[in-house]
Amino acid sequence: MGLQTYIAERKKDKDLLVMAHVVCGYPSFEDNMQELEIMAEAGVDLVELQFPFSEPSADGPLFVRANEASLKSGTTIDQCFEFMYQASQRFPFKILMMGYYNTAFKMGEEVFVKRIKEAGGVGYILPDLPVEEFANLHHLSEQEGIEPILLMTPTSTDRRLAKLGAASRGMVYVVARKGVTGSKTTMGDEVLSLIARCRQHTKLPIGVGFGVSCKADMDFLRGTADLAIVGTAALKTWESSGAEGLKVFFAELMA
Amino acid sequence: MDIFDFSDGREGYYGEYGGVFLPEILHATIEELLACFRECKADPKFWQDYVALLQNYSGRPTPITHLENLSRKLGGAQIYVKRDDLNHTGSHKINNVMGQGLLCQRLGKRRVIAETGAGQHGFATATMAAKFGFDCKIYMGAVDVARQRPNVFWMENLGAEVIAVEDGQKTLKDAVNECMRDWVTNMADTHYILGTACGPHPFPEMVSWFQSIIGMEAREQILKQAGRLPDRVYACVGGGSNAMGIFQGFFDDDNVELIGCEAGGHGVGSYMHSARLAYDDASVGVAQGYKTYFLQNNEGNMNKTHSVAAGLDYIGINPIFAHLWEQGKVRFEAATDTEVKEALTLTMRTEGLIPALESTHAFVTAIKEAPSMGKDEIILINQSGRGDKDIFTIADALDDSKWKTFIAGKADQYRSENK
Repeated sequence: MGLQTYIAERKKDKDLLVMAHVVCGYPSFEDNMQELEIMAEAGVDLVELQFPFSEPSADGPLFVRANEASLKSGTTIDQCFEFMYQASQRFPFKILMMGYYNTAFKMGEEVFVKRIKEAGGVGYILPDLPVEEFANLHHLSEQEGIEPILLMTPTSTDRRLAKLGAASRGMVYVVARKGVTGSKTTMGDEVLSLIARCRQHTKLPIGVGFGVSCKADMDFLRGTADLAIVGTAALKTWESSGAEGLKVFFAELMA
Repeated sequence: MDIFDFSDGREGYYGEYGGVFLPEILHATIEELLACFRECKADPKFWQDYVALLQNYSGRPTPITHLENLSRKLGGAQIYVKRDDLNHTGSHKINNVMGQGLLCQRLGKRRVIAETGAGQHGFATATMAAKFGFDCKIYMGAVDVARQRPNVFWMENLGAEVIAVEDGQKTLKDAVNECMRDWVTNMADTHYILGTACGPHPFPEMVSWFQSIIGMEAREQILKQAGRLPDRVYACVGGGSNAMGIFQGFFDDDNVELIGCEAGGHGVGSYMHSARLAYDDASVGVAQGYKTYFLQNNEGNMNKTHSVAAGLDYIGINPIFAHLWEQGKVRFEAATDTEVKEALTLTMRTEGLIPALESTHAFVTAIKEAPSMGKDEIILINQSGRGDKDIFTIADALDDSKWKTFIAGKADQYRSENK
């Protein structure tokens, strides 16, 4: 079942889905597993597993440090795929690989796609791989039934959105504002008009991320977006108040 | 040879290397920059303004000096040096910065950001921003801030804000990442003044274009002074902008050998160096917006790099050189930290020149090769920067006890003032 169908199925029961995020190996894989348990229990629909990279230039300070600490503790790609496999066996939500293009490039694009598939992942997000450069990888992905998730942004022109829309598979990740992950986004008319603009160029479900952090944001996105993408806020909660805190965070977020 | 003619290949690619690998949010900004750059490059008036600015502000053309003493001592080739150290702010970095400053005016942007390693590029950018009236923020790895305080001092006094980057290895590559993060947030009013011929297209082409002024001058000067073209041209290579600058003057001269000198740090097999092409440790990857040879592990994460010269301490080589190296057009060698200190002492004592630690890498290779060349052969070295900025590092390297006493005395004085 493709991501689009999966999202449509899940949307029969609720009006706004949630995609969450963990950085593999940070603080540890045991912690990651506990985070995923909490997310699954709360009813999270999709999870991005970020494979740590030494140059995470699209990430904000919290994820930068998480990437760095994970690599420092010795996290390998094999471990990330093994974790993806265990998680995909165990939880009902779908899993995406998230990371930077060099991770895929170094292991070889064909191997990359195959390994995601073997590990039970359904797609990937590589924010530094532009549409001009992804022809081969997307072709390989299509063959394996793995879906590349593209980003649409506030600076994208309509012409660009049309190009991105035509190349998108599964769902579209709409970046709510300029900047890196983790800063607060003011949910307002700009976000609404951006989503509307993106809708004109894709029939796929739309997830909105960058700065989604609380129930008010969820309420704002309900009826507009198909998914809310929550990253930094959850990790911040885990760091400050652990498993109990994260349970409360998701309970409140998804109430 | 026009490596910037993309009509037969992919725009922004040099063989397999280069390209644009950036988050989608920057697509429009890069397109805007590319369009503006194409306009500038096609406009003869822009280049005239650029040259005039450098003549009036930075002292161009910089001369060529014949190192008669050193040539005699080595007993081989005649060594000439292109003196880009004599630029305002002390290095070739000002060429690129002034060019991008003019371009920034055309873009109508009022704020500039830059990464810096040794601090020379940050210093030059802060200088340009003061002259042009731009707001200026410089990102610099915390390790580099600690070892290059004099440049930080000048940047701040010129009105720039200097941010010490605490992520990653806390050196040049981390400063580049931080610039990218600033840029994806503030692109509407901000131009990113990348300091070397690396990064996403059009930066490698644009920086090379501005730096080509070095090679244009040098070719004309050496013909006049030595009566013919050099046999070999040496330049140090961190990102590779000064080397691209001087080499471009000789791209069409098939008998001129071009030698890029990388930072060998602690030497072959030490994994404490920044030699991407001279040693075998680098492999092709994609990071910091472009594809090239990077010092990385087999999972694509960047390795730790090292050089006594902060300006060479970088993971990737410019994509144009990756291609030209594979084509056999440019040879690459490395100089170790120890060799650099020896060559610096020799150059100071015999010629009264103080090349920057970065530039001294080119001297090392030239000094090694000169004795086996004929007396009528000619070597040209690009002295891309001056070494007095490195006084702390050099004094440490030379273990200068009088300097240490002086610093200790200064420290005592500040301490007593604070009481």
